[in-house]
Amino acid sequence: MMHQFELETAKNPEDLRRIVIEPVSRVEGHGKVTILLDDDNKVHQVRLHIVEFRGFEKFIEGRPFWEVPVLVQRLCGICPVSHHLAASKAMDMIVGGGVLTPTAEKIRRLMHYGQMLQSHALHFFHLSSPDLLFGFDSDVAKRNIVGVAAANPDVAKKGVLLRKFGQEVIRVTSGKRVHGTGSIPGGVNKALTPEERDYLLKDADQMVAWSRDAVRIIKQLHCQNPALYDTFGNVPATMMSLVAPDGTMDFYHGALRARDQSGEIMFDQVSYQGYNTLLTEGVKPWSYMKFPYITNLGDEKGWYKVGPLARVQNCDSIPTPLAEEERKEFIAHGDGKPMHGSLGFHWARMIEMLCAAETIKSLLLDPDVLGKDLMVSGPRAYEGIGVIEAPRGTLFHHYRVDDDDLVTYANLIVSTTNNNTAMNVAVRDVAKKYLNGNEVTEGLLNHIEVAIRCFDPCLSCATHAIGKMPLEVSLVDAKGTVIDCLTKDESGAMRKGMA
Amino acid sequence: MTAPTLIFGWGNPSRGDDALGPLLLDRIEALLPDHPQWGAVDLLTDFQLQVEHALDLDGRRRVLFVDASAAVLGAPFCVTRLEPARDSSFTTHALSPEGVMHVYAEMRAAPPPPCHLLAIGGQAFELGAPLSGAASANLDAALDWTRQWLASPDSAYPPGGDGM
Repeated sequence: MMHQFELETAKNPEDLRRIVIEPVSRVEGHGKVTILLDDDNKVHQVRLHIVEFRGFEKFIEGRPFWEVPVLVQRLCGICPVSHHLAASKAMDMIVGGGVLTPTAEKIRRLMHYGQMLQSHALHFFHLSSPDLLFGFDSDVAKRNIVGVAAANPDVAKKGVLLRKFGQEVIRVTSGKRVHGTGSIPGGVNKALTPEERDYLLKDADQMVAWSRDAVRIIKQLHCQNPALYDTFGNVPATMMSLVAPDGTMDFYHGALRARDQSGEIMFDQVSYQGYNTLLTEGVKPWSYMKFPYITNLGDEKGWYKVGPLARVQNCDSIPTPLAEEERKEFIAHGDGKPMHGSLGFHWARMIEMLCAAETIKSLLLDPDVLGKDLMVSGPRAYEGIGVIEAPRGTLFHHYRVDDDDLVTYANLIVSTTNNNTAMNVAVRDVAKKYLNGNEVTEGLLNHIEVAIRCFDPCLSCATHAIGKMPLEVSLVDAKGTVIDCLTKDESGAMRKGMA
Repeated sequence: MTAPTLIFGWGNPSRGDDALGPLLLDRIEALLPDHPQWGAVDLLTDFQLQVEHALDLDGRRRVLFVDASAAVLGAPFCVTRLEPARDSSFTTHALSPEGVMHVYAEMRAAPPPPCHLLAIGGQAFELGAPLSGAASANLDAALDWTRQWLASPDSAYPPGGDGM
């Protein structure tokens, strides 16, 4: 096993050459990978630098608490629904609405599972399947959705329609395609009409079938090349997620469970209300992004990973039949040991997409989603914590509110931050295996990007790229002189040499 | 029924000048009741473009994409005719409008409707920032142009030609 801090900080960086990969492609926000080489072109230090925007809390503080569930959607254009619901859960506590009506909880679940479906569909069909279907070293023009569409029109079409269906679930439950207002402190402001229910239900079986097809595709890839798929970007780590009281997978609500890297349960059914003592948000001088860890284990041993690969292996079972069948196959593939290869994220992600599709259908058939009892309230409180399993992993929202209903304190730990150390370890593993410093090739660098993409990071929760950023790889010597450079420009063309 | 004209503006309303696309749509929406001569117009918005937006091109006669751009210099806005392209917007989860058109062409096995991009000049994109003064003036100019475009419903092409 590679130690967390191995290769994080070289003993003699002044004697090393530096490769800079900037920015990381097909992940949201800005990222940069630096690799320091020694005179023998061996990797000595690897760091994934994240330019994370840390203005979230200031953006929220001073606002009326009842605005927050809508406002926080502006933090992220990738998973606004996750922020919408995590904030709603926190604000439920402020209004004394800790236990929602069955209709309100099921509408929120429907919205959340719609988000899970569309997010996972986008990642698999758009961001990852190009790598998986064409290989890591293939023509850059193929490694995107239109490349997939050209070579596999059926796969690409299913991806678009799965994504569209998830978006429609969100639109119907939240009231709008974007900036929805459906979830409010204490409940929801609308249930489904029978027409809306029927509109979604007519496509539900198809979505389940296509999700199942997607699981088969990724499972087949794993089984065809286990040497690569089981070990690439290996990150033996503690796995943390919410689970339901009976240990089943639950994306919307539950308590925290963690398993160690061998699969043994470390803690279980820990209320997330104590997240800020359970976890510490560590900082490092070389990154803007925090490094959370389990407090009583310390930062060296207490880091963990979240998201699909953690969730699928952390739970005891999945409460939908087809996804549970696939989970069992996934677990059997590991032969009794947890899978820590980062490409396992894709397989786990598709199992979750299948679970989401099945759950959506089940909820649509539940008469409670047509109910009229939408809101609860109780004693007013001044502090609320809401946690949810977002597509990329556990998402924490924590607020304090004053007598004037204004937010005086906000703290968010987004999913990608929870995976910060794990992503660094994955990059180090890949760099150690695939980079020898002889030449910076696009295919070589894409191995690192593939490892990062497995986590589906949303690096800054930024929404808008100002222009299209090129991918630039520079080889810099110890004196700061660029001695090699490879650039991938907007058109995907590769350019060797200095800009 | 699908409106023949679609204006699709994207951006984050809480990121300063990134709001230009959605703001232009708000302005147009307010004008629609008094301009029946523009015909049926659909106004759609999102944080960013994605694959499913290809389906929004179905049944359109003309489409105008509207976005904020830090690359528009020396003019309040820029209009460009778009062609489907193998997308290479590889840096984010977002697609380019050309990529959306390409997804449409692949899915429908047919060319997409005529599409143009109205890129409005913006400068500041920080979370929580207000619209800058320069962007506000650019928005006014872009609105005037869009009104002319809407007033020519028989033409798929914009007044004043491309690349203003």
